[in-house]
Amino acid sequence: MTKLNINGTEMDVEADGSMPLLWAVRDIAGMTGTKYGCGVGLCGACTVHIDGVAQRSCQITVDEVVGKAVTTIEGLDANGEHRVQQAWRELNVPQCGFCQSGQIMQAASLLAENPKPTDGEILEAMEGNVCRCGCYQRIVAAVRLASTGA
Amino acid sequence: MLKYLDQIHSPVARALTVQKVSRRAFLGTSSAFAVAVFTAPRAEAFPVWETGGSAMPNGLVDDPMVFVSIDTDGTVHLVAHRSEMGTGSRTTLPMIMADEMEADWDRVNIIQAEGDEPKYGNQNTDGSRSLRHHIQAARKIGGSVRMMLAGAAAEEWGVPVGEVVVSNHTVSHGGKSLGFGDLAENAMAMPVPAHKDIDYKSEDAFRYIGKGQVQITDLRDITTGAAVYGADVTLPGMKIAMVARPPVVGGKATSFDAEAAMAIPGVVAVHELPYSIMPAGFAPLGGVAVVADNTYAAIQGREALNITWEGGPHAGYTSKSYMAEMVAETRKMGTVMREQGDPDTAFANAAKVFTQTYTQDHMAHIPMEPPVALANFTGDAMEIWAPVQSPYQARQDAAKAVGLDEANVRVNVTLLGGGFGRKSKADYVTEAALLSQLVKAPVRVQWTREDDVHHSFYHTASAERIEAALDGSGKVVGWRHNSTAPSILSIFAPDSGHQFPIETGMGHVDVPFDIPNVRMDNGKAMAHTRIGWFRAVSNVPRAWAIGSFVGELAHELGKDQRAMWLELIGAPRTVDTVAEGYPETYWNYGEPANGFEIKTGKLINVLNIAADAIGYGKDLPEGEGIGLAVHRSFVSYVAVATRVKIIDGKVTVPEMHMAIDCGYAANPERISSQMEGASVMGMTIAQHSGITFADGAVEQSNFYDYDVTRSTNYPNNVKVHIVPHGFDEHSTGVGEPGVPPVAPSIANAVFEAQGKRLRHIPMGEMI
Repeated sequence: MTKLNINGTEMDVEADGSMPLLWAVRDIAGMTGTKYGCGVGLCGACTVHIDGVAQRSCQITVDEVVGKAVTTIEGLDANGEHRVQQAWRELNVPQCGFCQSGQIMQAASLLAENPKPTDGEILEAMEGNVCRCGCYQRIVAAVRLASTGA
Repeated sequence: MLKYLDQIHSPVARALTVQKVSRRAFLGTSSAFAVAVFTAPRAEAFPVWETGGSAMPNGLVDDPMVFVSIDTDGTVHLVAHRSEMGTGSRTTLPMIMADEMEADWDRVNIIQAEGDEPKYGNQNTDGSRSLRHHIQAARKIGGSVRMMLAGAAAEEWGVPVGEVVVSNHTVSHGGKSLGFGDLAENAMAMPVPAHKDIDYKSEDAFRYIGKGQVQITDLRDITTGAAVYGADVTLPGMKIAMVARPPVVGGKATSFDAEAAMAIPGVVAVHELPYSIMPAGFAPLGGVAVVADNTYAAIQGREALNITWEGGPHAGYTSKSYMAEMVAETRKMGTVMREQGDPDTAFANAAKVFTQTYTQDHMAHIPMEPPVALANFTGDAMEIWAPVQSPYQARQDAAKAVGLDEANVRVNVTLLGGGFGRKSKADYVTEAALLSQLVKAPVRVQWTREDDVHHSFYHTASAERIEAALDGSGKVVGWRHNSTAPSILSIFAPDSGHQFPIETGMGHVDVPFDIPNVRMDNGKAMAHTRIGWFRAVSNVPRAWAIGSFVGELAHELGKDQRAMWLELIGAPRTVDTVAEGYPETYWNYGEPANGFEIKTGKLINVLNIAADAIGYGKDLPEGEGIGLAVHRSFVSYVAVATRVKIIDGKVTVPEMHMAIDCGYAANPERISSQMEGASVMGMTIAQHSGITFADGAVEQSNFYDYDVTRSTNYPNNVKVHIVPHGFDEHSTGVGEPGVPPVAPSIANAVFEAQGKRLRHIPMGEMI
């Protein structure tokens, strides 16, 4: 039994300490907004925030996040109205949508750290998040919109 | 509002409604769209046409009682019977019903249909068919219910039905009005009107159809993590399974350590599944399954199995030598698929023969959501939740595998995290069904990305050799194209090594050039892995070859690419497939000839739109070039004009224009998103997507060796140009036809930029 802080709630998670956080969040905590895409940290579908910073939950273990604040897409904003989520909706970004929670978590982390990123900084920050449907043009525009309002 | 509407324009387009206000505010002003009082049916506003939809298994259903229900509070429930994998069909078809019904989109709830084709009609979401086949049924369903609502109100008020107005969820006459909910019960008890008796809306009264302001129905859930995909359904007592499958198709495990797997905490069972070898349709490959309490335990358990495999009859499959054999095969005369004029004489008398060969490796679809399925076998029945493109096929396959009548099997369709053809083949659903039956509990089978890359139904590998006979003036008077590639048919029937009409109809026999002497032949290539369809299918290698060849021919003859394309296409014509020697088995995407002909004027138009938009012919800085390609597929016409900039050897795309003629554009916003997506998938195909085999097994595993186009190098400034048409210009495919012309447009641009001609895809990111 491990105590984790997920989306501001302390919860007992019955998981082996070596379990990747991704599977603990999905299988044990029952929150499915965080997606499995590759398991090797190369697609970004499983992106969550650890103490506010985007990380691949398939590459961190349960033990490694004890005492830290884990935020998943479900906890990004209580009402689902984070400016990144709003920008995503304004531009009708997704196609299949599967990678989008990871994309949104990555973008939210970028803007928290760097509220006015340059285009180059946006592209670099989003490089680890694959969208097989190919929504990059709208993803980048949505990050820009969330940053600048235009 | 949706800023991407700014993307959608055409030199000859009508202005689209771009609302910079919220959707609710926009709908609040919609009285401007109120439907006028009808005094006579206007079925003529929508003359019915025949499509291939009626010839699909279980055909088309347009019964509103199947698709529509209305609650007393006015909520309108509309059934989406096609699978949503990102194309937007789950939004667009109900949106058409809602518009024709005069329902307020904000009061519509969408219900995803279970796999039941006798009830809903064909559900196989594949072949870019959803709008092409079902747009008419969607209008009829909506129009019927609007008539029924009007009829119920007319009875209630004792007034002529022709005087009743139905507008935006309200039915009125004079000062009286009722909501849809008030009339629901009586309306749905009215007789369903025939097409000829329906007052269809005129196109200028559409409020959603053709507009593009409607957001996709799952948008909010997708952005909050609430959207439900295949792995997001959980049942009490559910187990998770991982399957170790034979690395070589047709292989078997000769030994494995079940005890070691069982020793992992959380592992509850190990089962060997029955093996299969082509032709086995969508049957699972077999292997050894580890069933556990959670995914991590299943992964660890599978790693502990320590399996020894024997390869079986396909263990010699090695891509390098196979490709060399295919290229050699293209130099021989293959089976003639189309012959027109006298190609032998044309080539014998040619002043010059220009020949090139183009190749493509296998590809795996790798949808972001790897295959996954949940099955709950309960002895005399089974329920399944899965992301499947063809839920009724999945239901039939799973029922058969566990020995149940399909009547006792239900397949619930979740959202698909991408499909691209992979999720038409539901081997993963059958695995879940078999395992649930074995362990007597609900079982979710989760594929890893490595599983997905190693055990796909691969896009064919191909070699395409094209020859042009030139006369003394440099005019092309003869054309020969040998296409050699293992066939999809090999998964369904004993392999002949040859293509079947569906493949030859995708850019091989239907090359629409105006050349008097033509021969298309098909070389032999036996399949040694499971070949399956991948977005745009055989059009990908054919458009790659033909588009690249046109670019090369242009250079050879000292012409520009546009002039070369236009010369080859010739004057606008409707192709006479009989006179031009097409085979009797010619497959026109399953559509009747009438209304779905090959119209070369559309090719010319989209080519000119894209070329003009990019400023083709203008001077460019050193290291930049523009490439053009145009291709007809899925009865749509797409031209791509790409500007490439080579930066320290890296091929980048700062600008791309995609022009599409897909007939009537029911949802231009999603058409635009499909084209943008096709630009990215096309660039991935051009630069990255190569699956190769050694000793029968796939050599790639995950994104580290099977990468895709990413945010740091994707096609920038993609502008989509949709050719405008009225509703009577039949809607055609959108999901796939954007892909094929992208890779050749990039290759042609690379040549213009740097003089280097690339003839194999993937070509790599660096040149």
